[in-house]
Amino acid sequence: MSNKETTSKTIIVAFLLCIVCSIVVSASVVLLKPIQEKNKALNLKTNILAAAGLLVEGASADEIETLFSSIKPFLVDLDTGEYADPSVVGKELALDYDQRKAAKDPALSAVIAGGEDIASIKRRVKYAKVYLVEAKGKIETIILPVSGYGLWSTLHGFLALEGDANTVVGLGFYEHAETPGLGGEVDNPRWKAFWPGKKVYNLEQGDEPAIKLVKGSVDKSKPDAMYSVDGLSGATLTSRGISNLVQYWTGEQGFKKYLNRLREGV
Amino acid sequence: MSNVSVKEVLFSPIFSNNPIALQILGICSALAVTTSMQLSIVMGLAVALVTGMSNLLISLIRSQIPSSIRIIVQMTIIASLVIVVDQILRAYAYEMSKQLSVFVGLIITNCIVMGRAEAFAMQNKPGISFLDGVGNGLGYLVLLVAVAFFRELFGAGKLFGIEILATINDGGWYVPNGMLLLPPSAFFIIGLLIWALREWKKDQVEAPDFEVSSHTVKEAF
Repeated sequence: MSNKETTSKTIIVAFLLCIVCSIVVSASVVLLKPIQEKNKALNLKTNILAAAGLLVEGASADEIETLFSSIKPFLVDLDTGEYADPSVVGKELALDYDQRKAAKDPALSAVIAGGEDIASIKRRVKYAKVYLVEAKGKIETIILPVSGYGLWSTLHGFLALEGDANTVVGLGFYEHAETPGLGGEVDNPRWKAFWPGKKVYNLEQGDEPAIKLVKGSVDKSKPDAMYSVDGLSGATLTSRGISNLVQYWTGEQGFKKYLNRLREGV
Repeated sequence: MSNVSVKEVLFSPIFSNNPIALQILGICSALAVTTSMQLSIVMGLAVALVTGMSNLLISLIRSQIPSSIRIIVQMTIIASLVIVVDQILRAYAYEMSKQLSVFVGLIITNCIVMGRAEAFAMQNKPGISFLDGVGNGLGYLVLLVAVAFFRELFGAGKLFGIEILATINDGGWYVPNGMLLLPPSAFFIIGLLIWALREWKKDQVEAPDFEVSSHTVKEAF
């Protein structure tokens, strides 16, 4: 065998290894992508249903598809609060609109000014995709997409409100990379159970979002108990991030105008 | 090293040469994923697979690896394997991969994988190296499961997500110990397990580095 310590041998080994490893890695990524995408889409639908409180425990993939078919997506112009036709984003159906892709597209989004970017998402879409559950011609549940930065990652999820556009039905995140066991507890059903019934706005004091996360437990005797949710213990920064993102998306830059219009019954 | 037996290579890392308890490697991920039995098992299997495969591949090409770049070669192989495992988990065990999140990727930095590659696979034949990797992965798995047993049972009152001790929050009698769900508790449990293991297998006790001498100066009070 030739001497393996020569410079040329070293370079050849390194080169071949890189080629083989990159082929293996890219093959696994490409081959498994379709299955992963399917999982992701199903996870998204499951989370929309969960946020709206429509999810049945242990539902199969087909049942989730059926349940999801009762939910209708709409596009909302965040600046006016009015519904927009899917054609403004170049799509035929509102369902096909990818809001997260749009947030990176300069034609469909804009940079948020530093001081206003409390959710640290950098870019704001012009059109957001909301989901409505309707019954007997009346809106029963409004499901709003929300996102914002926690400690390590941007959290993506849904905030569901009742037809009064104020009372929370649920909040759930379908994608995040917060510390498991601490910030990752945003997925814990016990913590999620704090949300239903809370109010986003204190309508007697105007239409600014009043909801926030507090350190420790909510003091039920306080007047703002209705607008406060228990923070996650051991996850101060994740809690702050969630507080900020909920306030951002229900505030001036988010769905405030849209929700105002819904309340006025326009 | 050439006359090592298959049984010894495969099973000695479980108790008598456990990578976590004796070699004190891979502690970081052991703290992170041991909050539930299910996660620990998936993580343990993932590590066993990566250690086994990396040992096999590195052993196959051991005579071709120039010593000046051997660490980089090992890292490249390990990193590629970890990415493949991560992708497979994302495709076939989506819920699990969501919970394991970054920790699958962190198998790359798990000292056990690289430790075995450098210490064993570089000197031994592929077959036995593969078994050595799997064995060490199993040792890691066993310790993880042992830690997770205590953490999940007493921290959440559950095992494999099934309720064993009815917790107060669900209308039962058991007040869960929340600290056990936080990473520091794993330190205590691993420490206690190491103590128990060394009481059982006395040869694991290390000779003290120095002896504490008695006081020679009387403090004035």
